[in-house]
Amino acid sequence: MSLEAGICPNGHVSYPTHPRCPDCGEPQGETMDLSDERAEVVTWTTSTATPPGVREPNTMAIVEFDISHRDLEDTFVRALGQVTTDDVETGDVVEPVYVDELRDPDVGLKSANPESTEWGGYRWDPV
Amino acid sequence: MGVAVIGASMTKFGQRDAWLQELLSQAGEECLDDAGVAPKEVEHLYVSNMASGEFEGQTGVMNALAHDLGVLPAYSERVDQTSSSGGAGIYEAWQSVASGASDMTLLVGGEKMTHKTTGEATDIIASITHPAEYKHGVTLPSFAGMTARHYLERFDAPRESLARVAVKNHKNGVDNPNAQFQKEITIEKALESPIIADPLRLYDFCPITDGSAAMMFTTEERAKEITDEYAVVSGIGGATDTHVVHERDDPTVMGGVVESSTEAYEMAGLGPDDLDVAELHDMFTILEFLQLEGIGVADQGTAWELAMDGTTQKDGDLPINTSGGLKSKGHPLGASGVAQGVEIYEQLVGEAGPRQVEADTALACNVGGFGNCVITTIMEAAE
Repeated sequence: MSLEAGICPNGHVSYPTHPRCPDCGEPQGETMDLSDERAEVVTWTTSTATPPGVREPNTMAIVEFDISHRDLEDTFVRALGQVTTDDVETGDVVEPVYVDELRDPDVGLKSANPESTEWGGYRWDPV
Repeated sequence: MGVAVIGASMTKFGQRDAWLQELLSQAGEECLDDAGVAPKEVEHLYVSNMASGEFEGQTGVMNALAHDLGVLPAYSERVDQTSSSGGAGIYEAWQSVASGASDMTLLVGGEKMTHKTTGEATDIIASITHPAEYKHGVTLPSFAGMTARHYLERFDAPRESLARVAVKNHKNGVDNPNAQFQKEITIEKALESPIIADPLRLYDFCPITDGSAAMMFTTEERAKEITDEYAVVSGIGGATDTHVVHERDDPTVMGGVVESSTEAYEMAGLGPDDLDVAELHDMFTILEFLQLEGIGVADQGTAWELAMDGTTQKDGDLPINTSGGLKSKGHPLGASGVAQGVEIYEQLVGEAGPRQVEADTALACNVGGFGNCVITTIMEAAE
């Protein structure tokens, strides 16, 4: 299990990875695993009108990983994910925790071909 | 080649019994009549629609409409750019005439949504997101909630400013007989409505809607022969931003709005100060602020002031969403961008009835996804 961000030769970093760097179009030749890193909440919401197969309420946050110590062009990379609790604030420090199924693959638009999507992933757990 | 709009129409937006094919035909027929164009004169037909397959199991809608309207053997194509399919249709229609490929182009946008539950419709729309976002249960309203929180916290904007957008657009919608809601609301009602994606509440969101809208495009030369009342597409631009919303450098900047409006202004030789009226994609109240800033009407972090001081009201310096916007008119995905075009056309040719404002130059900004794809169109009244 890993939370993989892509790195291009010019030091641009993105989560998730892309075949080509969104900033400069170079191939993303390397990756970094963020699953053992801490991040800070940039913003969050608690959604009370969720689609079929999604927990309700569903609190999600966009978090920012500080990667300035890696000496790359980009000094941070952001990621979106569910939060382990509904009690979260902007600026909270979180760490990623792995969950096997973030939503029910057998319900909703993609239930006809659930193998098209990776349903496991990381929630943010306030430290 | 100069491109003119010589006719426009829209069906009643709301919960409709008709399925998509019938809605499209209704708007298409009315547009042919409004423009005074015979079906056989149509050379290109574009149908803006996001998800007829997902919503009702019907595909090939451009073929169906071409047959039903008797425009055969016109070239026909379905245009999908999610919520901005309508704007993309305007772009395609403009391109078809500007390039000389077509002398008479009919654009019809439509969507049939209300037969699905809110959850099912939300899921169909959420399927535009990256799998890394979708698996977390992200929805377009939840992007709006996260962005609104960031905007309010960072720019110290009052929560009430968002409610004022909803109040204004509901007020404008009262004068639009085709709007889904023709009902005023109060700031208190908006601020006390149920939370949908904290800090946003029910009245910060547009409804789920059935409906269709249409526009007729031709060369400026031919327009002059046909009618005195026409508008000219003087500038248009389209741009794409990241698929993954959190990858944007600044969560409050809609890059697609900035890029597409810059392109449209350059083509028209105009700037934000020249606008008399605009239709913005208020799928969520916060989007009206982000677009006012993106099209250069307000500096970053200040558009909320225009909602507070009345600038964007119908009697203000720059009326925004005189049609009622997506908020009160409704948002049948593929129809919305076309309906924006219908409104600015009617404003420019003086056919907006009780919604009429004084306008020679108008802008429409149609946003797909959460700013993922954007089309900005500038139209001017014929001289």
